[in-house]
Amino acid sequence: MTPAQLRLRRVQARAGHVAGIVLPPVVMLGLLGVVWQVLCSSPDASLPPPTKVLADTHELITRPFYDNGGNDKGLFWHLLASLKRVALGYSLAATIGIALGALIGGSKWAMRALDPLFQVLRTIPPLAWLPLSLAAFRDGQPSAIFVIFITAIWPVIINTAVGIRNIPQDYRNVAKVLRLNGAEFFTTIMLPAAAPYIFTGLRIGIGLSWLAIVAAEMLIGGVGIGFFIWDAWNSSLISDIILALVYVGVIGFLLDRLVAMTGKFVGRGTVSV
Amino acid sequence: MKDEYLKIEHVCKTFGAGEARSEVLRDISLDVARGEYIAIIGHSGCGKSTLLNIVAGLTESSSGYVFLEGREVHQPGPDRAVVFQNHSLLPWLTVYDNVRLAVDKVFAAGKSKAERHEWTLRNLELTHMTHAMAKRPGEISGGMKQRVGIARALAMSPKVLLLDEPFGALDALTRAHLQDEVMKIHAELGNTVMMITHDVDEAVLLSDRIVMMTNGPAAHIGEIHDVRLSRPRNRLELIGDATYLEARSRVLEFLHKKSHYVEAA
Repeated sequence: MTPAQLRLRRVQARAGHVAGIVLPPVVMLGLLGVVWQVLCSSPDASLPPPTKVLADTHELITRPFYDNGGNDKGLFWHLLASLKRVALGYSLAATIGIALGALIGGSKWAMRALDPLFQVLRTIPPLAWLPLSLAAFRDGQPSAIFVIFITAIWPVIINTAVGIRNIPQDYRNVAKVLRLNGAEFFTTIMLPAAAPYIFTGLRIGIGLSWLAIVAAEMLIGGVGIGFFIWDAWNSSLISDIILALVYVGVIGFLLDRLVAMTGKFVGRGTVSV
Repeated sequence: MKDEYLKIEHVCKTFGAGEARSEVLRDISLDVARGEYIAIIGHSGCGKSTLLNIVAGLTESSSGYVFLEGREVHQPGPDRAVVFQNHSLLPWLTVYDNVRLAVDKVFAAGKSKAERHEWTLRNLELTHMTHAMAKRPGEISGGMKQRVGIARALAMSPKVLLLDEPFGALDALTRAHLQDEVMKIHAELGNTVMMITHDVDEAVLLSDRIVMMTNGPAAHIGEIHDVRLSRPRNRLELIGDATYLEARSRVLEFLHKKSHYVEAA
């Protein structure tokens, strides 16, 4: 076989592999679209079929950046506003969550005392916090960010604490023999050793943040994808809602992948052999 | 006067309290001279690792003292570097960084950055691990990991090197190879070494004195045997050597007869 043939073989094998991953979901998506189309095509259907959604939202899809002032903006601006809130609330939750988790994981008694409390608090639905935070902050914007924060922080705290409790005694012994101080121990041993757990918490946290922001924005108004959906509902623009849902889903997925990939990158080699 | 370098005085260790109280070590006293290679041998679970941990400062003794160069040992420190049984390398650091971490910590003030780099390399050379410097522990074999563990311990320039069954998890050939390396390093650097082992041949081949521990609970030193073999030692030449065989049979006899006798008593 000549080198050129070999290369061709390799490209073919590669293409086959990629097709095996990409094709099944694409075919499935097509099938579901057809089912949807058939189900919603009758004149008395309450929801629009995909063709109608595309026709109705053509303007929104092609002009995501328009800005007519006020809340009349393109979808890009709504999504950006939501992402900004999530970024702020989630960063706070991640930073404070990891710090608190490290503190709690470092003490058996703190763990015993606080864990049941966290287990209860983490089950409170995000929106249940909203009235309380509105009462406290008297403003929509910080309230939304607080809801993100309070929703995302529990899994971060709990997972970080568990990760730190599970640091093998061997690593602690190494740190003792080397006389690493608190800060050195935190950066060279604690964080990398607990990284897989921490990132599990961060991943759950980002998912919850994104769930919470849409709901919170529906209530607080202003610019944001949650408000956009609520506004579309009030104007009976069902197609707009469907388009927004697609965007929300895709962005939620991308956020999850982003955190997962960061975790993989940061945590490379942390699996002890 | 005898050079009192490492001194273990009447060390006892009891774990737990009340009903669950268990006495692990009873009245252990041992003097180790500078440059001496001591092996501590005993059945598993007899508390020899506990003794090593007490010398390392990782475990506190219930009573008794450990002195190093006349100063009492209370907590762990790089002057008593430990080579752990399961290597305990940090899996997220490369081989180089694992050793460098120790060098940076121990010689933070004493050496410049370039010197610390040199020193890290030197210790990796000593254990023949420079070729895998950029690898992570997960990518190298068990024997290599233990070499890095030894390099890390040596890099701390310890006063006493504590080896906790360092070759226990390795296959026989790798073990023999590493034993030879440790002998060479010991000859070159003249370290004081305290090694825990349950391998009779390893104890006889490597050490100047073999400390035999009785079975637990309340293990104590049963016998101490001086291994009067000149160095450098060669495992092949020693196969039929009378002194070697005598030491070997003495330890075996202790482990298989006397330690049981003591337990029954």
